[in-house]
Amino acid sequence: MDVTTMKAMTAAECQPLLSIKGLKTHFETRAGIIKAVDGVDIELGRGEILGLVGESGSGKSITGFSILGLIDPPGRIADGSITYDGRDLVSMDEEDRRQLRGNDIAMIFQDPSMTLNPVLRIDTQMIETVQAHANVSTAEARQRARDALVQVGIPSPDERLKTYPYELSGGMRQRIAIAIALINSPKLIIADEPTTALDVSIQGQIIHEVKKLCRKTGTALIWITHDLAVVAGLADRIAVMYAGRIVETGKTADLIERPLHPYTKGLIDSVPSHSTRGRRLHQIKGMTPSLLNLPQGCAFRERCEKVTQECLVAPEPTLLAGRLVRCWNPAL
Amino acid sequence: MPVFIINRLLQAIGVILVMSVLVFVGLYLIGDPTSMLVSPEATEIERQALRKALGLDQSIWIQYLTFLGNAAHGDFGRSFLTGQPALQLIVERMPATVELVVVAMTFALVVGVPLGILAGLRPKAPSSKAIMTGSILGFSLPNFWIGLMLIMLFAVYLGVLPASARGETVNIGGVALSIFTLDGWQHLALPALTLGMAKAALIIRVTRAATREVLPMDYIKFARAKGLRPSRILKVHLLKNILIPIVTVAGLEFGQAIAFAVVTESVFSWPGMGKLLIDSIITLDRPVVVAYLIMMVFFLVILNLVIDILYIAIDPSAGEKVRD
Repeated sequence: MDVTTMKAMTAAECQPLLSIKGLKTHFETRAGIIKAVDGVDIELGRGEILGLVGESGSGKSITGFSILGLIDPPGRIADGSITYDGRDLVSMDEEDRRQLRGNDIAMIFQDPSMTLNPVLRIDTQMIETVQAHANVSTAEARQRARDALVQVGIPSPDERLKTYPYELSGGMRQRIAIAIALINSPKLIIADEPTTALDVSIQGQIIHEVKKLCRKTGTALIWITHDLAVVAGLADRIAVMYAGRIVETGKTADLIERPLHPYTKGLIDSVPSHSTRGRRLHQIKGMTPSLLNLPQGCAFRERCEKVTQECLVAPEPTLLAGRLVRCWNPAL
Repeated sequence: MPVFIINRLLQAIGVILVMSVLVFVGLYLIGDPTSMLVSPEATEIERQALRKALGLDQSIWIQYLTFLGNAAHGDFGRSFLTGQPALQLIVERMPATVELVVVAMTFALVVGVPLGILAGLRPKAPSSKAIMTGSILGFSLPNFWIGLMLIMLFAVYLGVLPASARGETVNIGGVALSIFTLDGWQHLALPALTLGMAKAALIIRVTRAATREVLPMDYIKFARAKGLRPSRILKVHLLKNILIPIVTVAGLEFGQAIAFAVVTESVFSWPGMGKLLIDSIITLDRPVVVAYLIMMVFFLVILNLVIDILYIAIDPSAGEKVRD
């Protein structure tokens, strides 16, 4: 982007769409405070696609739910700010947040067999999403629902609208969930492992289509996954999460080419590829630590191959080769 | 679907046959109804004559087969006591019971479902704990005791409501109903409240449990993520899903109350079917007891069928399961 176009952009367009600073989402349980998200910073530009990668329990889904304000007790946002389009989502009152949800920021869930209400018809579930945010007639809302189904490539949309979820396949249900997310043309979609529960062939199709739709409509996307391979071909940038913190963020190609954090490297090495054919796949030793009982200092310390004395103190994120890394001994 | 209805009806006939044998043999073993019907001074010859007139001199199996043959033609015999056809006796009493139970169940649902949802939404709130404690009282206190307490409070101390019997009735299409008169409602209030309170307690618990089960579901979270208003999530997404267990329990309780509202009807001298059943058992009036139980089995089977059809209306995927 050259200087003149930079100047042509208004201030609003310049600022990031979403900016999360020092987000801490904690769950107060009898066993103690679970710090599911413990100081996460994310910045997302308009139309940008971010892959949020991590193992289960790393806090990636909780980060997604925190943005939408869908954290239920005993969980709460303990600290930090989430700024969307210049507005602070954390301090915003619930009714304002409701108006953003599903309208400006939409979400796609992991298991399509659970996300659609089993006793309501597809049309009911789509029309209500339109009418929750816009004062339009049912006929017009139905038309929008139909258009949204066409947009995600569902054949004979009029018939599909009249069905119940149990009559549809998993892939079809997820397409419908995606259509519901797209129906009000949001500026940001948070997709929480939306292809994990699907067949590999359908997985590919859905990733391809979501990417295409986001590019076409200029929608920003946060794609949450445990599978680096999935986001490698999808995301502009990748953020790797471990034990409630982002340990490395960078452009997709850079990060995959040359991971700086030992955990990122471990993840990449454990993905099978042509170059590793016939060889034993790399495995990160140990298990994800319990969030109740994290090791002191760097949470990855006990599994790390490059652990030193310094790792007893938690590293701060540092800018290195255009990337933010939380590590004392990055692989340079 | 029709196959499934026919299956149910065949099952009902099986149950009716088995039950009629049991009731027949049971009442035969308990004693001789003629001892209830003649004066203690009657001679043995008079007793024999009565037995012969009622057909009680024949062996139990002949009696049973005669009964079956007549029942197949819709004749369930006559009451030993009054000589009226058993079926007619029961049908005459039916409106009183149905009226009582319908009012009681409506009360139970109107009170129980909202309170149950409330207790399910905020399980830790003091109000929810109060609701749950109240519901424990509601179904653990015996029905007759609640009835007596209500009589004491409203009929004896306050003197605002009558303690017993049915109020003034109006004849609508040949059926005597008391819910269309003020006097009728005054008489109905206490027995319906007695019966309704226990049912409401149960509905509260079922509703709460179902609410707690549905709330953590992904589709509720997804509904919130769509930005739906909380009232819509509650009234459509939650309510329609918890209706299935509520309909099951309410249906069973309704059937149970229609067939055996004996205690409440006795406490309030309510001239319903339950009162008739208990009186007939005491007098060993076999034709009435047998006819009553057969009718109730038939009624309960039909009721279950209606509940199943309601399931399919609420959750169409249940229809798939029934067909499989």
